[in-house]
Amino acid sequence: MALLPARLPPPTPLGALQSIERSLLCRGEKRRWKGAGAAKGSKGLQRDRSKGRRGGLSARSALTSPRLPPPLQLTSEDMIAAFSQAVDWAGCSIRAFAWHPHTSKFAVALLDDSVRVYNSSSATIPSLKHRLQRNVAAVAWKPLCASILAVACQSCVLVWHLDPTSLSTRPSSGCAQVLSYPGHSPVTSLAWAPSGKLLLSASPVDTAMLVWDVSTENCVQLQWFGGGGVTFLAWSPDGSKVLAATPSAVFKVWEAQMWTCEKWPTIKGRCQTGCWSPDGSRLLFTVLGESVIYSLSFSEYRGDMQGQVGGSKTASIVADLSETTFETPYGEERVGGAVQSMAWDPTGERLAVIIRGDPRTAGTQTVVAVFRTRNSPVFELLPCGFLRGEQSAEPQLIAFHPCFQKGALLTVVSHGHIWRPRLSAPCQGLIAAAGGGGKALGTPPRTAAASRAAGQPQRQQEQPGCPHRPAAAAGGRERGGGPCPPRDSWAGDVPLPGAAGMGGAGVARLHLLLHPNV
Amino acid sequence: MEAAAAGRQRALLRQVLGWRLAAAVAWSGLLLPVCTAAFVLLSGIQPLRPLRWLSDSFDDLYTSHVIFCILLMSVVVLVISVFNVEFYAVVPSIPCSRLALIGKIIHPQQVIHSVAHAIMGMLVAWCAAVMTKGRFQFLAVPCTISESLNDAVPQMCLNEYHLFFLLSGAFMGYCYSLLYLINNMNYLAFPIIQQYKYLRFRRSLPLLVKHSCVESLYSVRNFCVAYYFFGYIPKMWISTTMDLRIDSKLHPLDTLSGLLDLSLFYHVWLCGVFLLVTWYIAWLFFKIYATETHHFPVQPTFAEETDQCLPKILNSNPPLIIKFLALQDLMLLSQYSPVRRQEVFSLSQPGGHPHNWTAISRECLSLLTDLTQRLIAQQEAAAANGRAKQQVGEMKVSPQTPGAVVAEDIPFQLQRSDIGSPFSSPALNCKAGILDLSSPWHGSVQSPLVMRRGPKLWTSGSGLQMNGSHRESFPVLSVARVGSEAVQPSFIYTWLQNKQEQIKNFLSRRVLIMYFFSKHPEASIQAVFSDAQMHIWALEGLSHLVAASFTEDQFGVVQTTLPAILNTLLTLQEVVDRHFKLPHVSSKPPRSSGSLVDTSYKTLRFALRASLKTALYRITTVFGEHLNAVQVSTEHKKRLQQFLEYKE
Repeated sequence: MALLPARLPPPTPLGALQSIERSLLCRGEKRRWKGAGAAKGSKGLQRDRSKGRRGGLSARSALTSPRLPPPLQLTSEDMIAAFSQAVDWAGCSIRAFAWHPHTSKFAVALLDDSVRVYNSSSATIPSLKHRLQRNVAAVAWKPLCASILAVACQSCVLVWHLDPTSLSTRPSSGCAQVLSYPGHSPVTSLAWAPSGKLLLSASPVDTAMLVWDVSTENCVQLQWFGGGGVTFLAWSPDGSKVLAATPSAVFKVWEAQMWTCEKWPTIKGRCQTGCWSPDGSRLLFTVLGESVIYSLSFSEYRGDMQGQVGGSKTASIVADLSETTFETPYGEERVGGAVQSMAWDPTGERLAVIIRGDPRTAGTQTVVAVFRTRNSPVFELLPCGFLRGEQSAEPQLIAFHPCFQKGALLTVVSHGHIWRPRLSAPCQGLIAAAGGGGKALGTPPRTAAASRAAGQPQRQQEQPGCPHRPAAAAGGRERGGGPCPPRDSWAGDVPLPGAAGMGGAGVARLHLLLHPNV
Repeated sequence: MEAAAAGRQRALLRQVLGWRLAAAVAWSGLLLPVCTAAFVLLSGIQPLRPLRWLSDSFDDLYTSHVIFCILLMSVVVLVISVFNVEFYAVVPSIPCSRLALIGKIIHPQQVIHSVAHAIMGMLVAWCAAVMTKGRFQFLAVPCTISESLNDAVPQMCLNEYHLFFLLSGAFMGYCYSLLYLINNMNYLAFPIIQQYKYLRFRRSLPLLVKHSCVESLYSVRNFCVAYYFFGYIPKMWISTTMDLRIDSKLHPLDTLSGLLDLSLFYHVWLCGVFLLVTWYIAWLFFKIYATETHHFPVQPTFAEETDQCLPKILNSNPPLIIKFLALQDLMLLSQYSPVRRQEVFSLSQPGGHPHNWTAISRECLSLLTDLTQRLIAQQEAAAANGRAKQQVGEMKVSPQTPGAVVAEDIPFQLQRSDIGSPFSSPALNCKAGILDLSSPWHGSVQSPLVMRRGPKLWTSGSGLQMNGSHRESFPVLSVARVGSEAVQPSFIYTWLQNKQEQIKNFLSRRVLIMYFFSKHPEASIQAVFSDAQMHIWALEGLSHLVAASFTEDQFGVVQTTLPAILNTLLTLQEVVDRHFKLPHVSSKPPRSSGSLVDTSYKTLRFALRASLKTALYRITTVFGEHLNAVQVSTEHKKRLQQFLEYKE
């Protein structure tokens, strides 16, 4: 506890931001792994330098345990639900979401196994359906390409080749390329190389992750025995490294030129999620069952250090998100818990985190916390505030717009009425933006949303990338504050008929909400 | 002069590939004792007495005949490796019709390959028989002839089991050679990701063993059938030439009951697995070592190294494998190494000329231009084919799809050229009709649309030889000569043409001939793109370099070539787009995943199309609006705008 590493900032000044920050204390201390003792403890966090040949003790014990690896005990649908980045994959009508890396276009995978593509500059909304497209766990757009979308399905990866100029709303299944490999299903995670050349796919039951050359449909298995499958993949934006989480208490960081990896044993559980800084020099990750964010820094990538991942020796804790109770004008609220998913904006200034409340304790809820970040010269992580949707609207998925010019545009897909039976649950989504100033957080216009909730699907969609109205009142809004006046925000409505017909009243929609730069 | 150049190239080849090949052979030799030990262990299997089995096997390992067998097998592996080295190709040769395939099989080179492999197979089988011991060990065994009861003199009899072993080995060697040819296993496919050699080997090993087991099973089955029908011939021959009797007490093997011997089957199968595993390991090591990246310096440190630096190698006309390795290195350096990119963008001292960049970009562009011309020529041929048919109007009836018609007429279409006869070398026929680069339109790239409208005067057979070098393929002189003849078609020429049409008609009605001559459309398309790997690397290398130049190019050397690069890429994009509209081009051949046989060359055209698009997007994404300042034609400007708006 006494160690103060040089690169971490001193404890955050908290005066300006009030009670919220107490729960999201940015710890300026580098702590050893919580569960580890003094003698053995360092192993928990220390990198397995041997690259798997002489694994650390903790890793070994995890790998050689005689019992079945956890994923094999689940059905494939449960498995996807367990490893998906969505908070409630099985229940929400939006199961996966992805922005196009270069344009204002996004794809959503719906509960009825169709994938819809929304485009800011076109009114047509192609709906992609395929015989093999079942239980979609992830979607990903190919970088450096106009319209190629990879969809992780239960039995295969489908790669849709869409014509960006086409007006067809129902592309034929001939546009989809099927990438399947025996033993590689269900696919739960996908990652495109930022150079657009390769696609990685991972399945919790396959110990190998597959590197696809999509155009030739060739694949190479990247096997690293032990760990039992790969659940989550994240390719660093500079293309140099890949995070691969496994269902056991170990994760790997691959170097993407010679494809060697470093193994990181964790003690408490599997790596749930992770995200890379834009320059690929820092990885933030979280571990299931712990409410902290770890940071792992990597030496600067140069092409000449072939075959080295270059990770530092230990990971450090940069934020503690354990549950805290604090007073708000609306009463006592409890916030905190395990992290479900994280997203780092492309400029490296904002980090959004879905914090999942502990289901055993009443009163906690799933919230989106936003941090202000800086990566150089020293890493800084400052709490910024919470995003909360409508009453009982649970955030489901988050993503930053990858090419938004004026700050950071956050998208939150959220889910309301969680207590309803699965299939009849109408889902509410919202896309909210954290502006460049970072304090601009608030709730979506409640009144407006409520009036729309029962209404007809509205055929209006606004362009996420278009200039927004400047407003003065958006800054410094705290969690729990009153509803934003609609004129403060730029809001649009994307009707998502995905849930229609599944419960009668259910009309899922995405709200677009953009707060101006402050 | 030429001899000197050839000598230099040989030296280069030796320098780049020499130690790799040595290492590959050494490794396959080192793994031989391991394979042998596994074979000895498995061949003496005694499931009921495991301890005895293990101790026996370990005792056997040190016996002199096993050690002798290992030595002999090393020689065999060496010979196999030599054949691998002699027969490899970085550009696969794809037979377009059945006749071409038969031609390949009876080609003298292939016959030598097959015979040598059959002999090697026999040697391996002999080793296996000796190591298996028991009733398989010797060809001649003592026996007593029952007829001569009175004087029961022990005589030497033929051991048919041993003979069966030897013949099966020869058969498997031949099968290996045949499959090597048919599956294009001499094609060196470069891996899609870089990996360490050990990891690549380990990744392929399970596949290799599985493939060998299955392959061996099929071979044994086929051999049993063959032996059942023809087994008596070698048996009689051996017994008469070596004066060995045939033991009538033993059951003859060329009968059903004789072949239904499980132990024999198992041992022959194991021998086949042993043979295939050792040979495939040699092949795998050769492949891994030969396709490993080679680091060519961009800037020579010493004067002697000038010949080995990247720009020089790209611009000279090296053996194809060296060219492939150089382009691969270019792709890697452009993607991963800022330091080496800096060398590419640097200026010469003294003089201040961007020699490195000029050389590299010129070579890449010329490669891409070549491809553009080839595709244009082929499209033109396809279009002309269609027109010709309409004019003649008599050759309509064909049982196949229109695409097949287009393709299958090609060998007949060769008019008045040295390979005009449909019965000449099929390998030549395959491409000659398609790739008439010596058309008068060759050389003008800027507007393929105009070219298509132009009349097609003739097609000439002096096409592009895919397997050879790509630079010597423009016989400009002969174009001029043939051209002047062709402008005024004489009476004889017309008459000849008519005759040819008649013959063509006559032949095309004969089913058998059509069976051999009918071209597989897919194969002809693959043949056009068989060397596309080069172009893919050129595209990737060029686009990464251009994209990196946005921030890294201090002297602006790339800017000067940017219009040319954009022009070339956009023209190629146009031509490739049009090419994919031809019948059959855009349909994917069936994919075989998880097999040892590499079929990646079948889908190279898709890879080319994808990397071309990605290359253009890479440039437009980085440069963005600045591209509007680049001078390109209006047509291309429109296209660029599409790319900038992500609408391509």
